[in-house]
Amino acid sequence: MTFAGWLTIVLFVVILTALAIPLGTYMAKVYSGERVFLSPIFAGPERFLLALLRVDSKSEQDWKSYAKSLIVFSLAGWLFLYLVLRTQDAFFVPHALNPQGFHSGPWNISFNTASSFVTNTNWQFYSGETTMSYLSQMVGLTVQNWLSAGVGIVVAVALVRGIIGRGGKSLGNFWADMVRTILYVLAPLSVIVAIVLASQGVIANLSNYLVIHTVTGLQQTIAMGPVASQHSIMLLGTNGGGFFNTNSAHPFENPSQFTNFFEMLSVLIIPAALVFMYGRMTGNRRQGYAIYSAMMLMFLGAVIVAFIAEAHGSPAQHAAGLNTHVISGSTGGNMEGKEQRFGIAGSALFDVITTVTSCGAVNSAIESFTGIGGAVPFANLSASEVIFGGVGTGLYSILLYVLLAVFIGGLMVGRTPEWLGKKLEAREIKLAGLGILITPLAALFCTAMATATKGGRASISELGVGPQGFSETFYAYLSQANNNGSALAGYTGYIQPNAGNLGAHGVTFADLLGGFDMLFARYAPILFALAVAGALAGKRVTPAGLGTMRTDNPTFVVLLIGVIILVGALTFFPALLLGPVVQGLTGHLY
Amino acid sequence: MKRDVVTSVLAVIVFAILLGLVYPLVITGVSQVAFPGDANGQKVYVNGKLVGSKIIGQSFAKPVIGKNGKPEEKEEELVTEPVLTYFQSRPSATEGGAYNAAASTFSNRGPNDKVTEEDDAENIKVYLEQNKAYDPGLSVSRVPVDAANTSASNLDPEISQANAWIQAHRIAALRKLSLSVVDGLISKYTSGRGLGFSGERGVNVLELNLALDRLTGGTH
Repeated sequence: MTFAGWLTIVLFVVILTALAIPLGTYMAKVYSGERVFLSPIFAGPERFLLALLRVDSKSEQDWKSYAKSLIVFSLAGWLFLYLVLRTQDAFFVPHALNPQGFHSGPWNISFNTASSFVTNTNWQFYSGETTMSYLSQMVGLTVQNWLSAGVGIVVAVALVRGIIGRGGKSLGNFWADMVRTILYVLAPLSVIVAIVLASQGVIANLSNYLVIHTVTGLQQTIAMGPVASQHSIMLLGTNGGGFFNTNSAHPFENPSQFTNFFEMLSVLIIPAALVFMYGRMTGNRRQGYAIYSAMMLMFLGAVIVAFIAEAHGSPAQHAAGLNTHVISGSTGGNMEGKEQRFGIAGSALFDVITTVTSCGAVNSAIESFTGIGGAVPFANLSASEVIFGGVGTGLYSILLYVLLAVFIGGLMVGRTPEWLGKKLEAREIKLAGLGILITPLAALFCTAMATATKGGRASISELGVGPQGFSETFYAYLSQANNNGSALAGYTGYIQPNAGNLGAHGVTFADLLGGFDMLFARYAPILFALAVAGALAGKRVTPAGLGTMRTDNPTFVVLLIGVIILVGALTFFPALLLGPVVQGLTGHLY
Repeated sequence: MKRDVVTSVLAVIVFAILLGLVYPLVITGVSQVAFPGDANGQKVYVNGKLVGSKIIGQSFAKPVIGKNGKPEEKEEELVTEPVLTYFQSRPSATEGGAYNAAASTFSNRGPNDKVTEEDDAENIKVYLEQNKAYDPGLSVSRVPVDAANTSASNLDPEISQANAWIQAHRIAALRKLSLSVVDGLISKYTSGRGLGFSGERGVNVLELNLALDRLTGGTH
């Protein structure tokens, strides 16, 4: 462990908070329909887009109507993406946008990939630079990076509107919210981040792959592509699907020490800001601060454990005789699967950030993390993406937990639970409970299916022996259920023959199971969240009395953390024990 | 329902054009004009010939010529041997030979895998063979971790300073330079921390090796 490492973590938290508060205020104004400083620029395009889509933004939707628009829109996006992937080498694709002449994706991997990008998961059963044309990356994947992020955010906004609703039914208008999200929130941030990254060495071109003759007489081919534009929105939208196979570890996606820090901020800025937005929209900013504190405490716990564990080194390293202490000119630690420029702290922090959020981008190999260090991403996912979480998904998921915590707290003090002046009744609690349990259910069911069948075990990598094989499998379906998309990358959904551009053969079992895992665990919780919003919107507000449990003080923060850990632990402990915990507790090599 | 379908189809088309064509092409275009070097991968030329990208690691090894006068191949991969007058990059496990930048890949070696230990041990052995003759104090426990572990992208352009300082003994001896000159070059091509605190310092192997060539007029 180094001083600079700890300093990075502290400064990251400070800078993040300082940036997220004003962004949260800004977003609260955007979704309350107030004028913001960008209104003069975007008001025109906003009206134009809504007219083009034939949307009457004044028409308000109840939760069912809102959900219907969302589902139909997602389905249309899914079909379009699937089509793009399946026609990669069709006659109408210009050569300039598929310079390497990649073949079309097979149906099974395309099914998985389309489901993955539409659900904001960005699980990748393909390798970018060996299978995806520039057109697929742009028109296919980049577009869904925007839209899936937008869908997550508008659901969170709808839920907040339900919570603060005053007796009506309306949650707003889905289309108007989508357009506002894209124009006012995602577009400005994405353009800024893309330009900054491009100025720091993230490539942005449509060239053929470079063929180089090195000074020692070898030949090296270097993949190219329009990376900066996709990379920025993939970070901001907590999507996480890398342009290249090795994602944000690839020097063309994350070239320097500075970009690593900048990219970490880009991932967490919107999920953090949304919490402050929530506080502002409820009219009591302390509500936001309370949730932010709960998230931040769990986040810091995860970072500290991961950093210490990775700095300690792995059993395999020690068995080989490596000295993993800090020495002059080297940080030591578990550098297997880590880049020199990021070091231990920059790698641990990045991977914690992208696994607490549903981003899932990685700048180091999670599969090579030590048992305890690797248990941290597992734990983050087991908390069902409520520690900041994905854009929007994090907020609506933790609000369901808040509801549950208020309910439990109410039971403890023996009063009807009340939340922001609204009495919580059986219907909301049932809906929230189901919404919370869907994701673990999907993850555990799929893991069981995959470990119990030959078809599932076929995906375990050659190196995945002993508990590692179980960890790979469990992580795969846990990550897909949480719409995260990071991986113990040995678990494969395709077999790539060494045959140039012939593409890959999918492993149908893993592709389909994973695809359904993602779709189910994305849309079912969304429906439950919207249903909760609908149920709350109609309730009348009663002023808080003496017996009302406060949801904006430290006691509640502790209660909330307790509930989240309890639910996560009760659901996932047995599975966690079989994988990462075994590896963390033993120095045994398999 | 019909309304939703119509709007959805329109929305997918409109957003595909705006976000899938206009946005990436504008960003790419602006980058090409404003930062042509960075946007195109920081190409490095020597005497007008393209020899690499500054930020993509490469293998400083040469093909082994077989008895038939052709480069030897084993399992469809070129057999190579390290050129010891150059600083060596970190071990790389990309398919089709080390530092295959057309197919970046994680090595996915688990923390408790025997394979990981064996690979580490092999890399340590190679490192000692290459350097111990020039740095007699070198032992297993002094081998820097980055010299034995593969990186995440397997395309890491950098090595740690500790790694470079050890290899400097070999380079100085083989190139007949004084150690302080080589160490000076190492400092020159060591990247700093981002904003003064983020990340770790690393030595860019390609830049360092090319600087050595400029100093001693090639290796051969």
